[in-house]
Amino acid sequence: MASVDVRKVFKRFGSVEVVHGIDVTIEEGSFVVLLGPSGCGKSTLLRMIAGLEEITSGEIAIGGKVVNNVPPKDRDIAMVFQNYALYPHMKVYDNMAFGLKLRGAEKATIDQKVRQAATILNLTEYLDRFPRQLSGGQRQRVAMGRAIVRDPQVFLFDEPLSNLDAKLRVQMRTEIRELHQRLKSTSVYVTHDQIEAMTMADKIVVMRDGHIEQSGAPLEVYDRPNNLFVAGFIGSPAMNLVEGTVKRANGATQVVTADGVSLPAGANAVAAEGSKVIYGIRPDHIALANGGASLDVEVAVVEPTGAETLVVGKLGKTDIQAAFRERHAFKPGQRVPMTPMLDKVHLFDAGSGRRLG
Amino acid sequence: MAATATALDPRSGAALEKLGRWLDNRTVLSVLFMFPAASILLVFLTYPLALGVWMGFTDVKIGRPGIFIGLENYISLFNDGVFLLSVFNTIVYTVVATIFKFGLGLWLALLLNHTIPFKAYVRAFVLLPYIIPTVLSAIAFWWIYDAQFSIISWGLSQFGLIDRYIDFLGVPWNARWSVIAANVWRGIPFVAICLLAGLQTISPSLYEAAALDGANSWQRFRHVTVPMLMPILAVVLTFSVLFTFTDFQLIYAITRGGPLNATHLMATLAFQRAIPGGQLGEGAAIATAMIPFLVGATIFSYYGLQRRKWQQGSQDD
Ligand SMILES: Nc1ncnc2c1ncn2[C@@H]1O[C@H](COP(=O)(O)OP(=O)(O)OP(=O)(O)O)[C@@H](O)[C@H]1O
Ligand SMILES: [Mg+2]
Repeated sequence: MASVDVRKVFKRFGSVEVVHGIDVTIEEGSFVVLLGPSGCGKSTLLRMIAGLEEITSGEIAIGGKVVNNVPPKDRDIAMVFQNYALYPHMKVYDNMAFGLKLRGAEKATIDQKVRQAATILNLTEYLDRFPRQLSGGQRQRVAMGRAIVRDPQVFLFDEPLSNLDAKLRVQMRTEIRELHQRLKSTSVYVTHDQIEAMTMADKIVVMRDGHIEQSGAPLEVYDRPNNLFVAGFIGSPAMNLVEGTVKRANGATQVVTADGVSLPAGANAVAAEGSKVIYGIRPDHIALANGGASLDVEVAVVEPTGAETLVVGKLGKTDIQAAFRERHAFKPGQRVPMTPMLDKVHLFDAGSGRRLG
Repeated sequence: MAATATALDPRSGAALEKLGRWLDNRTVLSVLFMFPAASILLVFLTYPLALGVWMGFTDVKIGRPGIFIGLENYISLFNDGVFLLSVFNTIVYTVVATIFKFGLGLWLALLLNHTIPFKAYVRAFVLLPYIIPTVLSAIAFWWIYDAQFSIISWGLSQFGLIDRYIDFLGVPWNARWSVIAANVWRGIPFVAICLLAGLQTISPSLYEAAALDGANSWQRFRHVTVPMLMPILAVVLTFSVLFTFTDFQLIYAITRGGPLNATHLMATLAFQRAIPGGQLGEGAAIATAMIPFLVGATIFSYYGLQRRKWQQGSQDD
């Protein structure tokens, strides 16, 4: 087990810079998820940690030792690839044993480790098959098995679940998480699926265009997004973001939109009067109003998912989504009075996109 | 009109239905679909082949129809030193040339598979020996190997490595090595390009996985490249062996089988005996004697072509 330190790392492909000075610390034994939209440089960063991609400038240290010039095989890491990269001509057993064989482990040790990993991953009955004869989920587990038999310092995962169907993905998510709790190995996990990130991570690193936008514990990132990008990216359904101007009247702060709708922002909002802001509220932080001040939302679509009811509607001219735990039989066109939970309102500076307060 | 008539007549309707069902039968359909291709093969492949084999059992000569003489041609060939020499030559030629073609071809393919500048041009350039008409390159080689004007001899003597020009085509083993070299030069592009195609189907992430598993570059070659390349290697090997074994043009243009029949291959000897020599029957017998060797190579390819066990199963990855 070891920590991974990424210090001021840049990456250029030819003349194009794709990673612009990333600083991140992955603590020993933690499960860190790199999250970001496609093309933001997650895989590139992971591959630099693995040693598969050269580091243009900066430093990467594993277990306190700078590894910039250490070849991948000597970094003592294991990686699970998106396409699994199983050796098609080797049986499952040999796929898992290959790394140990190359490192000159004894036959008995290899056998014991492979069988142990197979037991953990429920692969014992497939040891004698070729990768082609396995289902996607089984292949995924073989790829995991190949990583864990080597007992490496750091596990790297590059979107290991993206080829699986939704149900299997949820199941494997739990399995990987359980495996981590059992092995307590430092893990870096790349995904663009924010649910995966939220559910699996000890720490989420949100990336965009080769920068880190925010890093922290999942709920912390969810509750206090640093900026508009993170606010919009984390959470599903996505946060409602409405542009407006701050107005203060008799002690209460409001954000008034271009078409004159006043959104209540709570007492502790720190935006200056008259400044342009983006008002953010998550759909599940909108409640039905029972009397008092309310927002009149005109229902456009109702999407019952079983667990909750998602209402897509219009507030003045802006689209707004609200999610309710209860079932409601709203009709399209109906006007429903709603109210945002004041302590869950986020305000962002309209210019810089930064969080206010 | 016919359609309405049949539709009205219930009996012919039933017959049509029967025909329809008969046409739906897989066996019937496959025979029907195979018929055009099979008849072309029959006319253009089987007939000449059968005729050749038949002629091997006769004493037909140019301008004179022959009679069936059984195995007489083959018996005389077995006691014919020149024929036996040609078998020996053919085997040496095929084995040695194939080893070199595959060794060098694989090496070239590996080089070309790296990221190199002007990749497309380099690849096109590599194909050049294969594109040039055989006879043209044979003439070039003939000139290169010329007793008086050989550029190789000239070069070596300029460096002071030899004091007498090498007689490339005048001494049996020199001549054998010379034609083998020419064949290798011509054959490498085919091998290299085929193997390059094979190399490019190997997913780079396999190499990355192997590198992380601790494999050095030799181990990556040994445990990833070679096994993944095996299926295509078997096929290319078979084709290459077939082409080399039946080679005619290069030899005929460079040495005509000389000196002292040292470079006569079975194909050139068959032609020599049959056309200039007029002994059609004997020439046909020599050509027929190649068949067992070729069938052997084809059987090898059959097993090589068979999908290996690890290739079976679903393709979705
Ligand atoms: N070998 C390369 N040469 C040039 N550019 C590259 C190379 N590899 C990646 N890039 C570029 O670097 C950027 C980051 O790529 P990367 O693969 O890290 O994205 P990602 O965040 O993993 O995206 P995804 O979620 O789609 O996998 C992309 O803009 C990509 O085009
Ligand atoms: Mg990626």
